[in-house]
Amino acid sequence: MNKFAFLLAALLCAGPGAALASGGADLRMNPAPVNRLDSASLQRGARNFVNYCLNCHSAKYMRYQRLTDLGVDSAMIQDNLMFASTKIGDTMTAAMAPADAKAWFGVAPPDLSVVARVRGSEWLYNYFLAFYRDDKSTSGWNNLVFPNVAMPHVAWQLSGAGKLVETEFEDHENAIAGVIAAKGLAKLEPGKNGKWLMLTIAPDPDAPGTMTPVQYQLWVADLVNYLDYMAEPQKNRRISLGIMVLIYLGVLFAFAYALKRSYWKDVH
Amino acid sequence: MQKIMNWIDARFPLTALWESQWGKYVAPKNFNFWYYFGSLAAFVLVLQIVTGIVLAMNYKPDAARAFESVEYIMRDVEWGWLIRYMHSTGASMFFVVVYLHMFRGLMYGSYRKPRELTWIFGCLIFLCLMGEAFFGYLLPWGQMSYWGAQVIVNLFATIPFIGEGLSQWIRGDYTISDITLNRFFAFHVAAFPLLLVGLVAAHLTALHETGSNNPDGIEIKQQPKDPKTGLPLDGIYSHPYYTYKDIVGVVVFLAVFSIIVFFVPDMGGYFLEANNFVPANPLQTPEHIAPVWYFTPYYAILRAVPSKLLPFLPATQFYGVMAMGAAVLIFFALPWLDRGKVKSIRYRGTLYKSWLAAFVISFLILGYLGVVPVTIWGQFREGLPILGGADKATVVSRVLTIVYFLFFILMPWYTARDKTKPVPDRVT
Repeated sequence: MNKFAFLLAALLCAGPGAALASGGADLRMNPAPVNRLDSASLQRGARNFVNYCLNCHSAKYMRYQRLTDLGVDSAMIQDNLMFASTKIGDTMTAAMAPADAKAWFGVAPPDLSVVARVRGSEWLYNYFLAFYRDDKSTSGWNNLVFPNVAMPHVAWQLSGAGKLVETEFEDHENAIAGVIAAKGLAKLEPGKNGKWLMLTIAPDPDAPGTMTPVQYQLWVADLVNYLDYMAEPQKNRRISLGIMVLIYLGVLFAFAYALKRSYWKDVH
Repeated sequence: MQKIMNWIDARFPLTALWESQWGKYVAPKNFNFWYYFGSLAAFVLVLQIVTGIVLAMNYKPDAARAFESVEYIMRDVEWGWLIRYMHSTGASMFFVVVYLHMFRGLMYGSYRKPRELTWIFGCLIFLCLMGEAFFGYLLPWGQMSYWGAQVIVNLFATIPFIGEGLSQWIRGDYTISDITLNRFFAFHVAAFPLLLVGLVAAHLTALHETGSNNPDGIEIKQQPKDPKTGLPLDGIYSHPYYTYKDIVGVVVFLAVFSIIVFFVPDMGGYFLEANNFVPANPLQTPEHIAPVWYFTPYYAILRAVPSKLLPFLPATQFYGVMAMGAAVLIFFALPWLDRGKVKSIRYRGTLYKSWLAAFVISFLILGYLGVVPVTIWGQFREGLPILGGADKATVVSRVLTIVYFLFFILMPWYTARDKTKPVPDRVT
């Protein structure tokens, strides 16, 4: 068994290195409250997606037809979710031409089919909550999670305009305490003279949205849930099939092992 | 049935082939856990070929359509997602199995006389497998595919005089392009699988000629024969004994494999990297390019060797490239480096055991360091002699690279001096 022991020891030695992060900016995100089995949330997310994202972004690997996965029928899809296409077998293309987009925003909006596999749900969820007013940027918006992103805050009428709040702390320890107290998205940056800055987003009381902050968070959670589904529409099927496969292999193992035992009875 | 067999045997040695290669092949009876990985490697090879054929039916080796065709497989092809995940997981599991299989060889001295050729064919399989994995990784045409290939092909450009031309010749273009994708596809689905299958056949033929080693390193062919069965005292027929034992191994392997395929197919970014879901963009270099995990020990060695190696030598990355190449090729020399009186680790002394442990630990930590940026552990304090200001991770990987090579270079010395235990006549 000592071979295993040294393999293990080596793995343990290699592990802790990852925890020693360097002293740069530090982004603390909230977990994304998404549930891949909540079809109501996924349906609302699909609605949010086609209404707010699909104008500029495409999802060119995603067919409208596939939305039947979410428990809506073809007629509902055609009546409520399809604005740019006429055939239900079409993939989701953007209303805006990529060349126009490039001219207007400086960069073509990326296709969103698999964006959740690139960024992850947590990043996406926090990204949508991280927009704030910034007069210095061309779009008038900036983002704490994705600094200087070309995309403006498309859903600002729902959320209201956020503003950036800078809080200064004496040292890193107090700054971490500040992050815990803030209970949400926060970014820590080294400030001047060894002090630390905590950046957070606060709603601007002069520019409220049509939704409360919690309603908007739910709206974003639904959207992110949908983006995660769209990045891998087979995920739920994959996981439920996996359980069946493992049960089958468990039974197969019992038979295979019994067979081996009986053949090996006479070997000493 | 017997009539049909007689008809065939008169024209083709089917029965003789089956009996010499498996049916009447006599193997030691004391194979342990580590002896599953040979048959598992063969199993994964078949799995990769079968899933690969189905993927090739739907994949388009075209820079404009490759990424799209992979998503098409994942979404619109019936069971395409499963086939693709089996293939991507199979690629990584192939290396897991092969590394464990090689480690078994190191532990029990399976490369020693008379099995040198089995070992060499095995090393060639390992080389081929690295090529196969490298070519295959370009095919999804994501950012990591593209830039990973760019980095690896550029390694050839460091070779003095001919490097530039050579790397261009490999790519078929000035940069990784549609042309490169097409030829890599040809290598991945035709050339290298053929080579692999041929080498596996040679590996097995050589093995079945000499007979298998075992955890005690005893040559069962030299044992007296059992008067009843006519077999060596510690020998049994592969069939049915190892047939049914290896089936158990395959089922357990499939359980591990299925857990990955169905529940964590991207393995936290190690089997499928997040950045590879961004289509290849020749104009945008990703911030952090790391190879897939199975290449990382060698990548760490490449990075560890400084381009300014010695004051009087010209500065070039070629030293690192040579070190990386040597780290793989040095396995070939193993049968002639080992001068130990015994084969198996069970009867070796402390010297060999310590060196093997040091080698395995170096390999694993180098593997970890190859994944992460060199700044991961920060820098040594400025002003320290020699080390001042250097990245800690770079210094550690340099030390480990030296340990990696010393395991081989010092082997003739420490294996000959090692205090070994007497080897028993019978397996334990």
